[in-house]
Amino acid sequence: MSDKVMTADEVAAGLRSGMTVGIGGWGSRRKPMALVKAVLRSGVTDLTVVSFGGPDVGLLAAAGRIRRLVTAFVTLDSIPLEPHFRAARQHGGLELTELDEAMMMWGLTAAAHRLPFLPVRAGLGSDVMRVNPWLRTVVSPYGDGEELLAVPALRLDAALVHLNRADARGNGQYLGPDPYFDDLFCEAADAAYVSCERVVDTADLLKAAGPQSLLVKRQFVTGVVEAPHGAHFTSCVPDYDRDEAFQREYARAAADPGTWAAFAERLVSGAGRERP
Amino acid sequence: MNPTRAEYAVVACAETWRGDGEVLAAPMGLIPSLGARLARLTFAPDLLLTDGEALLLDAAGEVEGWLPYRQHLALVTGGRRHVMMGASQLDRYGNQNISCIGDWHRPTRQLLGVRGAPVNTLNNPTSYWVPRHSPRVFVERVDMVCGVGHDRAAAAGPSATRFHDVRRVVSDLGVFDFETADRTMRVRSLHPGVSPAALQEATGFPLPAPADPPRTREPGAAELRLIRTVLDPEGLREREVRA
Repeated sequence: MSDKVMTADEVAAGLRSGMTVGIGGWGSRRKPMALVKAVLRSGVTDLTVVSFGGPDVGLLAAAGRIRRLVTAFVTLDSIPLEPHFRAARQHGGLELTELDEAMMMWGLTAAAHRLPFLPVRAGLGSDVMRVNPWLRTVVSPYGDGEELLAVPALRLDAALVHLNRADARGNGQYLGPDPYFDDLFCEAADAAYVSCERVVDTADLLKAAGPQSLLVKRQFVTGVVEAPHGAHFTSCVPDYDRDEAFQREYARAAADPGTWAAFAERLVSGAGRERP
Repeated sequence: MNPTRAEYAVVACAETWRGDGEVLAAPMGLIPSLGARLARLTFAPDLLLTDGEALLLDAAGEVEGWLPYRQHLALVTGGRRHVMMGASQLDRYGNQNISCIGDWHRPTRQLLGVRGAPVNTLNNPTSYWVPRHSPRVFVERVDMVCGVGHDRAAAAGPSATRFHDVRRVVSDLGVFDFETADRTMRVRSLHPGVSPAALQEATGFPLPAPADPPRTREPGAAELRLIRTVLDPEGLREREVRA
């Protein structure tokens, strides 16, 4: 049985500049921050990032690593507007593919199902169509003749997600109330990397919660990283809540380039030390 | 103590869910949340509400269901939901913007992004809450259509209009709907003390009101007690809507 345990820096070493990378979590919730920091320590750049965006997008955008962002929003939740994303957009620092939340979900689903697209009733009539002029509609072949939006598959070269527990083979478990879309990100990707609070024996997985908590299946997982506090400062319930004080510090530091350089250095440097 | 403007707004938000039956009320923001909870405690007992995350809580605060984001987004398309979103910009047809201000390619102010507004407006009843009615919010044209208004839905065709139902707008000045021949916004009621002239001054497009406009209904004694002692004893509502 293969042992997929590796370090965060080994995950980053497996990525290449120019890749399309999906990042799990939602807003400022269960973001794979340890893996994102490893990407920042590496030279990987020119990324297309697909994310329900939070500080993962903020950190990568601030460091100039994102060529194109595919998202429906970027937020810190308790702080509604992500400062680095705002700055990047207002200074023309990244290309944006702005999609609706449901379009993101069905695009990832299409990729996981190896379909070219899925029809959805979303986007039509909105400026999502104007800012993404390449989007196409599809007419129902049945009697209704409805014309719906064909959301293209959002296929990923790699996915980065953070879960509460995993075993060494890549079976990933969430213990909070919301799986977000982490399994979809993994299934839509050619290579998925799961960081977790704790790597446990397979036999111990069900000691924490029922079988429906086993979100990510090992056949989709390339690497497993044990990263305690690996989602910090975003939330990873029930292991920990969002570190609101730290997040406020992050947002404050983002306002000033000098302060930010020192803050980012401190945040990103210590490999494996997720609490600066 | 007489009802405050904020309390009128809470009741006006609550009224948007009247008659909806057993659907998910999805309020964004404090005043709509107080309104939805007030509606459930009084005239709309069948409403479902989340804790703001993945759990459905009943009126007594007991967990009665599970609604993670993936199910929430799927549930939108089934239509058994009435959402009340915010709006950074809103036009007379109910087109809403929460994405960015200025040219989308290089915005002067980046906001949240379109979020779920496009899917919401095409699939389930949608209303809006605006805590500070001003010409910067109620604009001639929104910079980025996120929530689809009546004119844009009609132009997009039958798949867009099939379940489109942009219903009502509540602001700190009044209540508005789109029950006109051309589906443009009209005054449903103004809150006490708001004159038609003051409304027009705060609105960036023509929004005429009769000289003696209908008035938003006064919160009842039981409603006021619920708002003040059960739903918002700390009075956070008064910070969102000032008298």
